[in-house]
Amino acid sequence: MCLGIPGQILDISDREQQLAIVDIGGVRRPVNIACIVDDDHPLQDCIGEWVLVHVGFAMNRIDPDEAQQTLDLLEEMAAVHATIASTDANLAATARP
Amino acid sequence: MKYVQEFRDPQKAQGLLHEIKGLGEQLTQDHPGPIKIMEVCGGHTHSIFKYGLESLLPSSIELVHGPGCPVCIMPKGRLDDAIAIAQQPHVILTTFGDVMRVPGSQQSLLQAKAEGADIRMVYSPLDALKLARENPDREVAFFAIGFETTAPSTALTVLQAQREGITNFSLFCNHVLVVPALEALLSNPDLQLDGFIGPGHVSMVIGARPYQVIAERYGKPVAIAGFEPLDILQSLWMVLRQLAEGRCEVENQYTRLVNHDGNAVALDALAKVFTVREQFEWRGLGDIPASGFKMHPNYSQFDAEAKFTLPHQRVADHKACACGEILQGVKKPWECKVFGTACTPEHPIGACMVSSEGACAAYYKYGAAQAPQPSEALAKSR
Repeated sequence: MCLGIPGQILDISDREQQLAIVDIGGVRRPVNIACIVDDDHPLQDCIGEWVLVHVGFAMNRIDPDEAQQTLDLLEEMAAVHATIASTDANLAATARP
Repeated sequence: MKYVQEFRDPQKAQGLLHEIKGLGEQLTQDHPGPIKIMEVCGGHTHSIFKYGLESLLPSSIELVHGPGCPVCIMPKGRLDDAIAIAQQPHVILTTFGDVMRVPGSQQSLLQAKAEGADIRMVYSPLDALKLARENPDREVAFFAIGFETTAPSTALTVLQAQREGITNFSLFCNHVLVVPALEALLSNPDLQLDGFIGPGHVSMVIGARPYQVIAERYGKPVAIAGFEPLDILQSLWMVLRQLAEGRCEVENQYTRLVNHDGNAVALDALAKVFTVREQFEWRGLGDIPASGFKMHPNYSQFDAEAKFTLPHQRVADHKACACGEILQGVKKPWECKVFGTACTPEHPIGACMVSSEGACAAYYKYGAAQAPQPSEALAKSR
């Protein structure tokens, strides 16, 4: 019920009703974008932005910088884990008679 | 698919799993039993089973499945009310597909439809409004369910109906609120929890701020999480790290979508169109104070509860059904007498088996015998 799907805004299709055409995994759908439009983010500036679509509404913008930071942190943790695993393997090999 | 695939990378999961295992061992040294973390949202429950995450975790960590599936917690009496609306002349009742098979006291919406009621599934509340626009001689009611993720879409649809002067559209409002439900759970002395994975898409609307009460008053750490496997594992790691460091805060894993204060436009629509009910009945959990929305008096012309005469009956849950305890996390689905025997997804007795986000349906579908190997589950998702 609370699941949403990322999509990219391609065009504004109805300014009056704040409807946009959004590409959601290759399917183009009309989506209401009222929740992401305000004085700082006028309708026209939304084109190209990534949003989270839920029951026909774009509920929020997806922040690309924040997404990258999360992925960078996970990458770093994976790298540290790989280093520890390989050090452990080397130590085990060295300790073997 | 962007913002999806990169959060399913099995390589990146390895570092997290290593950290989770280490923290689990550290935390259970002087702790009786596993560390219990509740994922509140049914969407998280579904993802956890779909990607086999539970089987990747060490035995020191136990995930407890919470009450965050709005289909599961809808009481039978409210379903009966929805059917009563649909059975009135000239009415088209609209709702989301996952509500159709939920059993009421006598029948489900799907059975009522088979018997001739005009009940239609819609993808968005805007589709229901479109039906009202196209059928001016009919009354179109939208059976609205969902937490704060879904409530803004119905509120915005009502505002749209008002702008267009549409008078044959109404909302049967059954929207529920996450934080009061968590507070009700935390008041149950039988529930032993160490922390929470917070619902990402509810939080996209309400922000991280409303969970502070969980950390401050109830002393439980919270990490708000996205829905991809890495999101869930990272948030679990964040809760465990808080426990290990003796901290108790609200942390936000899902920063790409959730901020501290939520979405102002969505919150404004909620405040305009809805008001908080004194209490709302949850299936299996009973009455929870201030846990649901009803229509604001300013919008009573769009209120199905004012427009139609409804039975408003309270109907007890099936005696054998343990949905209540399962929704509270005090029982696992396999501990219910009818799980997988009298109660299956094809013939559900309790609502936890109806919705794909229900704990019982998840256990049934991805049960131990059929569960894919963890590494396969992650690899397949790429």
